[in-house]
Amino acid sequence: MGILEVSNVNKNFGGLKALHNVNLDIEEGTIHAIIGPNGAGKSTLLNCFIGKLVPDTGTVNFNGQSLLGIKPHQINQAGVSRVFQTPEIFMDLTVLDNVMISCFAKRDGAFSFNAWASVAQQTDIREKAEKMLEDVNMADKSKMLSGSLSRGDKRRLEMAMCLSQDPKLLLLDEPTAGMARADTNNTIELLADIHEKTKITKVVIEHDMHVVFSLAQKISVLAQGTVIAEDLPENIKGNAKVQEAYLGGAH
Amino acid sequence: MDAILLQILNGIDKGSAYALIALGLTLVFGTLGVVNFAHGALFMLGAFCAVTLQKFLTLSKITIDPTRLDFLGKPAKIKTPYVEAWFGEAAGQAIINWSVPLAILFAIPVMFLVGVIMERGLIRHFYKRPHADQILVTFGLAIVLQEIIKAIYGANPIQMSAPDELQGVANMGAALGLKLSYPIWRIVYFCFAVVIIGSVFAFLKFTTFGMVVRAGMADRETVGLLGIDIDRRFTFMFGVAAAVAGVAGVMYTPINPPNYHWGMDFLVISFVVVVVGGMGSLGGAVLAGFMLGVLEAFASTTWATTTIPGINQIVIYLVAIIILLTLPRGLLGRKGVMEE
Amino acid sequence: MFTLAKNDKLLLVIVAFFTLLAPIILNPFPTESAMAQFNAGYPDLMQRFVIFGIFAVGFNILFGLTGYLSFGHAAFLGVGSYAAVWMFKLLSYNIVPAMILSVVIAGIFALIMGFICLRRSGIYFSILTLAFAQMSFAIAYSVLSNPSFNLTNGETGLQVYNDDPQYLKGDGPSTTHLFGLEMRETFTLDIGAWAFQFNVGYYICAIFLLVAFYIAIRIFRSPFGLMLKAIKTNQTRLNYTGLNSKPYTLFAFVISGMYAGLAGGLLASMDPLAGAERMQWTASGEVVLMTILGGAGTLVGPILGAGFIKYFENIFSKINDSVLHSWFSLLPDGLENAIVWVLHFFVGKGWHLTLGLLFMLVVIFLPGGLVDGGTRIYNWVRKPRNPEPAEEGAQASTDQ
Repeated sequence: MGILEVSNVNKNFGGLKALHNVNLDIEEGTIHAIIGPNGAGKSTLLNCFIGKLVPDTGTVNFNGQSLLGIKPHQINQAGVSRVFQTPEIFMDLTVLDNVMISCFAKRDGAFSFNAWASVAQQTDIREKAEKMLEDVNMADKSKMLSGSLSRGDKRRLEMAMCLSQDPKLLLLDEPTAGMARADTNNTIELLADIHEKTKITKVVIEHDMHVVFSLAQKISVLAQGTVIAEDLPENIKGNAKVQEAYLGGAH
Repeated sequence: MDAILLQILNGIDKGSAYALIALGLTLVFGTLGVVNFAHGALFMLGAFCAVTLQKFLTLSKITIDPTRLDFLGKPAKIKTPYVEAWFGEAAGQAIINWSVPLAILFAIPVMFLVGVIMERGLIRHFYKRPHADQILVTFGLAIVLQEIIKAIYGANPIQMSAPDELQGVANMGAALGLKLSYPIWRIVYFCFAVVIIGSVFAFLKFTTFGMVVRAGMADRETVGLLGIDIDRRFTFMFGVAAAVAGVAGVMYTPINPPNYHWGMDFLVISFVVVVVGGMGSLGGAVLAGFMLGVLEAFASTTWATTTIPGINQIVIYLVAIIILLTLPRGLLGRKGVMEE
Repeated sequence: MFTLAKNDKLLLVIVAFFTLLAPIILNPFPTESAMAQFNAGYPDLMQRFVIFGIFAVGFNILFGLTGYLSFGHAAFLGVGSYAAVWMFKLLSYNIVPAMILSVVIAGIFALIMGFICLRRSGIYFSILTLAFAQMSFAIAYSVLSNPSFNLTNGETGLQVYNDDPQYLKGDGPSTTHLFGLEMRETFTLDIGAWAFQFNVGYYICAIFLLVAFYIAIRIFRSPFGLMLKAIKTNQTRLNYTGLNSKPYTLFAFVISGMYAGLAGGLLASMDPLAGAERMQWTASGEVVLMTILGGAGTLVGPILGAGFIKYFENIFSKINDSVLHSWFSLLPDGLENAIVWVLHFFVGKGWHLTLGLLFMLVVIFLPGGLVDGGTRIYNWVRKPRNPEPAEEGAQASTDQ
């Protein structure tokens, strides 16, 4: 039994079948990649995990608890963090503040009226955030406004924010989209390194096959809203259905 | 029965004004994504176009008539409006008499131009700024416009009258055997509003220009990608919205004497109308405009005001709050329009 | 002291210095001189500086931190005033119960209004607060003012009459006071050609301002304040970080409503009167102007903005054509008349035109307000030596 279980999920937009009987079983401690041609329903599926969309039928269970119909902050508090396709960070705040906010959310829960304490004196939170920034090699940028970071750094910051919460499940939506090759390789290394250390379960949605085959321990292929294959990376490469889906989707 | 009909009639003239203002506001919302707090001021400016034209038409040549004496015993000064001097007395008097409807012809180009200048000169630079900034800068503009009008025309309401032929009261219910007397000008105003609303809808529906604008309202980026110069069309739409608000103001002057703070007075209600109708829904704006106008009229009856004193002044807001809490997108709002 | 960081402590000390010495600082011109009309050091005006300063500081906690633009805060000011006057009518002229009730009632009112309005965000929120403000005004103006149930006394405004019960008054003063210390009491210090007025009411207000400002600093620097800033920057990220933005914004709304209630209570304490016009949405617009003009999201900006607007409102309203003529009398007559004719529109009753234009210019060119402008000038002057961005406290003195 996996940490995230998706069974028989269907989602229609108007007449369009975005997801059709999707079943997934994500094992704890693995990096699981979901790939597929454009419009296969990858993002729709991910949005069903985080409360942004509610599927028409089917269930999404995380550690035995349903994720359907509960609010984003509750899903996060349950232990699911998400990295977005375009980095969602607090652009007007410093890098350190960004990570500290995540740490506060982890420590104090969804709401705490902590209006009399001083942020500067929360040494435990500060140390944790600084440690996290060191782990992603951004300690020297902690005083910068996060809006002024490069795209790659924004992504790393977002990852640091998610990781600082020790999530049980990390969802990554195209973590290398729009990155230069060097940055992509750095990100792969970073993710591999993090996985080595923390073993947090990760679900990666990705276009870039290089990323997928360097990281994933298991791959699900989505085409036209259904899972057409789910296997180890080495077997996926030779799968005839997958080749057809990609070549068929190309014209 | 008579009483109910009468209240509906009493509501539709105000409702027409609400609908016309809200229509322009929604056009601007929907096409440009801009929250225009100066839209009420455009309505007010329109009304003062009528005032200006009237002042202009009644500009008089003063001649001294030695055969008549005024009460001080001096030769009487005779004022002859220039229009009478130029076009003959009968034609001149007719022009002055019909100055309010004539002001429409004057207000359309003027207000269109005002709208275009506003969009090009100010609003354009705020598309990419937060909504709060748009609200703030247009709020500032609204203050400036109303203060300019106050500086020129003073703080007191200015009496304007409808053409003699359209003054007085019509008995509307005669055919139905009901007793319904109702001022003619209000019927004119309602018909006028229907015509304007109808033409705006027809324009959007049947012209290619309108189709592009509607597509732009739905998805601005895609239309931009098609290589259509959406910006110029949007400038034009802003001008149209300003002209609609302007003529609504012109025609409203005989119903209520215009003053400089009309803009702020109508602004709040027209926003409420837009929100109740559904942000970005033109049909919703018109529907909600008439609905709230009629509702206000019913709340103004003696029965209602004796039951709950002052209900006529708060009913619109109460209804707006209830509707927003139960139907967050308003009556006819579409999903995804102006939602954060 | 006060567990503040060094810069904040400095800022608090600077603000305290200027507020406590305002009767001297704002009175630079001798009483008999022609420039005396530019003095601002008389009690009535100084009270308005600090009261509206409190109002704007509170508004800034909502707007400056979370970015939620409310056009309804004047309603809380009005509610606070009404509550205070009722305390004067029922108990006595002592301002303590009045202040307590005005803050509490405004807080409750803000809780209700915030609960409803905060179900939506962005422009919907602004419009909802606008609708609420207009409704509160109408309710105060007519609904709650009728012979059978007269809570607000409608158009006339609520005031204290001789036949009011005033159960606790006894032999106490017949004017607003703090345990016997009358608000209107003024000590005038004559030094040479100058006359400095030290007014009890002003100092009470000033102390409230300092306390309110200190609380605002604490909120700004707290984890709670950090979350509010995060709401302004990116609410999506905040939610996906496991934080529920609703209670944060609601608390901010209620706190700023209580500040407005405090300001309303103080207004009534200085002059025991409350009228519905204080609640109109254009009155809310004024506090928006103050906050933006001074610098939304900065600590000292709202106080500067409030002082700036109230000062120039006072000065500009006094300038009339004859004053203008006397200023430009050295110029040739034609030129003089032309200049006076142009300026005529911007002074006296035209002050609102100037304010509107100024406000537009600030929103367009200087979205950070006066504080931002001050920082830019400071950086420009200091550039060769110090490329680091200046802290807020550093230029406060140049702006005051």
